[in-house]
Amino acid sequence: MNMIVCVKQVIDPEAPPASFKIDPSSNKVVPPPGVSPVISPFDENAAEAALKIKDTQGGKITVISLGTNLLRDVVKKPLSMGADELILLEDEAFTNGDSWSTAYALAMAIKKIGDYDIIFCGRQAADWDAGQVGLGIAEILGLPSVTAAKKIDITDSKARVEMVTTDGYEVIEVPLPALITVSSELGEPRYPTIKGIMAAKRKEPIIWKPADIGVDPSQVGASGRRIKILKLFQPIREGKCEIIEGESVEEAAANLASKMRKAKLL
Amino acid sequence: MTEYKGVMIYSEVTEGKLAAISTELKGCGRKLADDLGQELSAVLVGSGISGLAQEVIAFGADKVYIVDDPLLKDYQTDSYVQVMEKVIKQVMPQIFLLGQTSIGRDLAPRLAFRLNTAASMDCLELAIDPDSKLMLRTKPVYGGNAQAVFTCESYPQIATVRVKVMSPLERDTSRQGEVITIEAGLDPSMIKTKVLEKVKAEVEGIKLEDAEVIVSGGRGLGSAEGFKELEELAKVLKGAVGSSRPPCDNGWVPEALHIGLTGKVVAPDLYIAVAISGASQHLAGCSGSKNIIAINKDPEANIFKEARFGVVGDYRKVIPAFTDKVKELLAG
Ligand SMILES: Cc1cc2nc3c(=O)[nH]c(=O)nc-3n(C[C@H](O)[C@H](O)[C@H](O)COP(=O)(O)OP(=O)(O)OC[C@H]3O[C@@H](n4cnc5c(N)ncnc54)[C@H](O)[C@@H]3O)c2cc1C
Ligand SMILES: Nc1ncnc2c1ncn2[C@@H]1O[C@H](COP(=O)(O)O)[C@@H](O)[C@H]1O
Repeated sequence: MNMIVCVKQVIDPEAPPASFKIDPSSNKVVPPPGVSPVISPFDENAAEAALKIKDTQGGKITVISLGTNLLRDVVKKPLSMGADELILLEDEAFTNGDSWSTAYALAMAIKKIGDYDIIFCGRQAADWDAGQVGLGIAEILGLPSVTAAKKIDITDSKARVEMVTTDGYEVIEVPLPALITVSSELGEPRYPTIKGIMAAKRKEPIIWKPADIGVDPSQVGASGRRIKILKLFQPIREGKCEIIEGESVEEAAANLASKMRKAKLL
Repeated sequence: MTEYKGVMIYSEVTEGKLAAISTELKGCGRKLADDLGQELSAVLVGSGISGLAQEVIAFGADKVYIVDDPLLKDYQTDSYVQVMEKVIKQVMPQIFLLGQTSIGRDLAPRLAFRLNTAASMDCLELAIDPDSKLMLRTKPVYGGNAQAVFTCESYPQIATVRVKVMSPLERDTSRQGEVITIEAGLDPSMIKTKVLEKVKAEVEGIKLEDAEVIVSGGRGLGSAEGFKELEELAKVLKGAVGSSRPPCDNGWVPEALHIGLTGKVVAPDLYIAVAISGASQHLAGCSGSKNIIAINKDPEANIFKEARFGVVGDYRKVIPAFTDKVKELLAG
């Protein structure tokens, strides 16, 4: 089984909301100082999905990441979890893309890899929360797709995928090759082992530039965008919470009930 | 591009009825259509759904396109994208809106890529730019820490809208509209996937989406046991129990209780958040609530920024005393 996992480096989405800052003049987010970027969490779930299949049926896992300033310790995490190879689309031309230009570049890179049975993506990246790149890759490559998977079983070149829905899940059968986006319901990604970390340290990523994947720099990154961003802003939180006090915590709790009664909330 | 005209909404059907989001979309679609001075149409896709056409009109559509075919019984990416590609190429709407539901989040991006245009997902607000006449798409990003306004110059302009954000129009059965049937013309060989099974989560009592009161618990409850006390409180308040993501991840409560960016979006009158820190991704699912009450032992917890009233303290002490007092007040 040859598998490809697409992972994106993002600002840690679990950093405290108070540390989140934007620069309105450039419409960009200012990375919080001292907080290391991470692999977008659903992409770690995607890596875990591939590793689960490798555990039982063997296979090769190739990880691709597109961006600039990709910190090796960050993007190598899937390698230390047990993936085999890392390809970086790392070039100025690839930056500031939207779902379109990113999906296009990744699809062209995947075409170059050529031999694959399953492509895994996260259900959405924790920066722009778009949830589009996976489906875009599938559309460009003409592959069937399943979104928001929580369990994947492979038999006879078919995948049986449990897809998360609002009210439960659906079991979908899809022939391979296919693209599957993965949700957190798949379960916690495994921790890297010491052996894995050592092996990942020694492994050099393969770097591809636009020419390596046969695209013109004008088709990718900011130049390939279809979506224009007019404004980025932080919604104002009013923050006028009334903290209810009391002699004891229990009394505060009772006072809360009385207060809510007065405010006609009960 | 001028041959593209009108606003079209995807009228989602669940269990033979118009989904709530379909009526919400008509509310916001109507406004966009009026601002453009154009028509609002809706498309109904499925099997045996033709009977819903009048209902779609009653909620405000000028025109309804119906694609009714046994092959469309279940939503499947391959068949629905194929059908919607056909409908859009025939009708050529300037704007096409869907809900951010299991269907919308799957259909919208793939359809957009197929039609060579770009979608914006999970929007909170849509408007027409008075100068360019393009649709302005306001969408939360970075888990809800920020919002962005986007435009796209290629047609149709596609967006999905978060549920429970837009107000539906009043149902008015005197509204008139035109019903147009479109043949699905599906090529079954293009449908590569198969739906083997649909599993619905069992919910006892009031459904989260319909509840006017929700008592929601977070990681700070520490275990499945902690939720027992919330269940009791919910019962007293005739509400439902919800959860942030970690309790679902840990298996303390079923997945169906998960509220947030990637879970359910709820907007009850009263949302009591117990031992929930108030991460933006969680607030994405509950910030539409009319009143948020926060119970947390950490006075610095972000949830207090969203709440109207709060108590700082250990939930083990707060919840029993609160529940007792509520019982007393409701009895008297
Ligand atoms: C892309 C992405 C999508 C996500 N989607 C969602 C989503 O849809 N929904 C969601 O909920 N999360 C989502 N998350 C996770 C989110 O970022 C937070 O990690 C999560 O919401 C935290 O849940 P919590 O508040 O229950 O736990 P914590 O943040 O751990 O907070 C626990 C709180 O409990 C309090 N506490 C502890 N003990 C007690 C006690 N005895 N009494 C009172 N208070 C106590 C603590 O002070 C703390 O504030 C997502 C994350 C990412 C990156
Ligand atoms: N720059 C990138 N590099 C690698 N994979 C990406 C990149 N951007 C998006 N993806 C993949 O596509 C998924 C969805 O991203 P998005 O559509 O941006 O929300 C992510 O979870 C990744 O798996």
